Amino acid sequence: MSKLLTITPSPHIHQGDSVDKIMYRVIFALIPALAWSFFVFGLSAVMVTLTAVLACVIFEWLIQKFMLKTEPTIKDGSAVLTGILLAMNLPAQIPLWIIILGSLVAIGIAKLSFGGLGQNIFNPALVGRVFLLISFPVQMTSWPNVTKNIVDATTEATPLALVKEGLKNGTPFNEIVADLPAYSELLLGKFSGSMGEVSALLLLAGLVYMLVRKVVTWHIPVTTLGTIAIFTGILWLIDPSGNADPMFHLLTGGVMLGAIFMATDMVTSPMSKRGQLIYSVGIGAITVCIRVWGAYPEGISFAILIMNAFTPLINNYLKPKRFGEKK
Amino acid sequence: MLKTFKIGGIHPAENKLSAKKAIEVLPLPKTVTIMVAQHIGAPSKVIVSRGDQVKVGQVVAQSAGFVSTNIHASVSGKVAKIDTLIDSSGYKKEAIVITVEGDEWLETIDRSPDLISNINLEPKAIVDKILQAGIVGLGGATFPTHVKLSPPPGMKAEVLLINGVECEPYLTADHRLMLERSDEMMVGIQILMKALQVTKAVIGIENNKPDAIAKLSELSKKYHGIEICPLKVQYPQGGEKQLIKAVTGREVPSGALPIAVGAVVNNVGTALAVYEAVMKNKPLFERIVTVTGKSVKNPSNFLVRIGTPVSQLIEAAGGLPDDTAKVISGGPMMGKAIPSIEIAVTKGTSGILLIPETEGHRKAMQNCIRCGRCVTACPMGLEPFLLMTLAEKRLWERSEKESVMDCIECGSCSYSCPANRPLLDYIRLGKMTVGGIIRNRKS
Repeated sequence: MSKLLTITPSPHIHQGDSVDKIMYRVIFALIPALAWSFFVFGLSAVMVTLTAVLACVIFEWLIQKFMLKTEPTIKDGSAVLTGILLAMNLPAQIPLWIIILGSLVAIGIAKLSFGGLGQNIFNPALVGRVFLLISFPVQMTSWPNVTKNIVDATTEATPLALVKEGLKNGTPFNEIVADLPAYSELLLGKFSGSMGEVSALLLLAGLVYMLVRKVVTWHIPVTTLGTIAIFTGILWLIDPSGNADPMFHLLTGGVMLGAIFMATDMVTSPMSKRGQLIYSVGIGAITVCIRVWGAYPEGISFAILIMNAFTPLINNYLKPKRFGEKK
Repeated sequence: MLKTFKIGGIHPAENKLSAKKAIEVLPLPKTVTIMVAQHIGAPSKVIVSRGDQVKVGQVVAQSAGFVSTNIHASVSGKVAKIDTLIDSSGYKKEAIVITVEGDEWLETIDRSPDLISNINLEPKAIVDKILQAGIVGLGGATFPTHVKLSPPPGMKAEVLLINGVECEPYLTADHRLMLERSDEMMVGIQILMKALQVTKAVIGIENNKPDAIAKLSELSKKYHGIEICPLKVQYPQGGEKQLIKAVTGREVPSGALPIAVGAVVNNVGTALAVYEAVMKNKPLFERIVTVTGKSVKNPSNFLVRIGTPVSQLIEAAGGLPDDTAKVISGGPMMGKAIPSIEIAVTKGTSGILLIPETEGHRKAMQNCIRCGRCVTACPMGLEPFLLMTLAEKRLWERSEKESVMDCIECGSCSYSCPANRPLLDYIRLGKMTVGGIIRNRKS
């Protein structure tokens, strides 16, 4: 008998999942909300998405091939995902060259300079977005007008910005909100905002898919949204005319997109469930602080990036419960 | 709700291909190779020499210390040579090769099929008989059973747990044993109870063996003090600490033995061997082995004499499939890939698993994406990704602090990793190095 046998240490079977499959599952979960944004914003949204995805993939390939001289990893789907998430964080009419710049920052600085997939501290798409928000505040906050059922060249402010402006001027919340789309429309996604923010319902559908396929657990999205609801609920109960109600906070802006798809990024969130709870409470609390007292109408991007920075610390101090731990 | 352990755990495809196959007696081979080191502890001392005639059941190597045991001839015939031959680890070790002539058993062995169930011996005499019969843990760990039955001074066993979990995918030897040798096994359990002077024994069986649960539950009415505990299917429930946690809710402290929480665990196969040794005077020279795999023609359960070459078992199950990439001694999660099919069955061989080409190779490793699946899977509450990094960076002090020595090497982390990282390989390196450092510190 001369058959050559393979020798490896155990285990000899594998569950069969791969990094690529996880990435493509997240992308699949994003498709409903992305498709809705194509429907609402039209061709410009398609252009923004294509540009962001292509730019992210090409930059990753170029940098890995020619600067880092490593085997390009574009097939793993993570660059595609970063591109889609970046696109969903942008207004649909933003000039394409700005997107390309944002992609370079996301892939080149936030991801590859830290060592590539899995090594980055901050969510690459969010770093790209925040870089653009700070660098190009005008273009980044010019939202196409969708409330009149036609997309035209005029722009309008987001409901969040309108409410923040109104409350600052002393107008009671119920008066401001009367002029805005109804909550049912906010839920379905007929208001102005970044491409991916508009339909809370379809983002939630993506969450359900990811929960079923076990890409994420409930801990981060539910805790983040819950913290925002409770925190804004308390403020609203104290002063109903001077604060927006919790439902308004949950349905507008990037909260759904952030809590479901950005905060749950495996690489930049804590590994233990207890750690994830602390991390998500932090995101929720910082978001509300920025929304209510900060200079920007929306704060979830900053909140996630700030908590990303705490993730290594949380991982270090919150250990899973060891079996037979000596007390 | 069914009981199970609480931290970690996975559920790989069960693939119990041979679950419905009754145990068959494998024909005697022409020669057997009896390894001298086939248990945990000191290798036994050979007491036969070339040319000696031996009978089935005769001692051929004697216990060489407290943690050691006797080894017996599994066939009758002539000692052809005493040589060094490779075992499942691939290293050459001392072995006794016997040429088979007939099948002549020692006269002291009772070969009648009658069940004897009145236990007359005192605990001490039982333990001695178990040592004489060379019984070791037959679940695969091969720890000498008489040691387990002799708690250190000041410690007292409260409950005997019998491991009928068989959580490794593919393996069905214990399952068939529970179905076909149930009465003998139950008496064996009562003997173990008497040896430990406990009044209660619990058999833990996973819920994927409802026939075994039903049969033993019925029998437990007849055998006083033995309970059946059905368990939710979850790997690695057959791990000693996990089984104790699942059945009793007690957690064996880090670094301690099960006796610290009053538990002693023995495998169902061990219970049967104890019955045969104590009631029938029959030493441990044969065991039940599952031969299985997706391409195997006839996945089977065989009663095999120790020392039979693995190739004969494969032949009896329909021959070695052309697409075989790996031959595993044991199950797919913790078994050893063996270097040759000419190595011999030992007391610890619970199964022979043939893995086809399609599943025989690891996929390319990717970067860790910190998904935490290894942490979720680890039944000891460790952080495999971190232990791997620490081993790569040779940070042994930190490894020790992160409890690397608690790892039971169940493989759940490597199994779960979507980036195909060789987590357990590195953790083993860490355990070996840190273990060495700890031993040096003590001496």
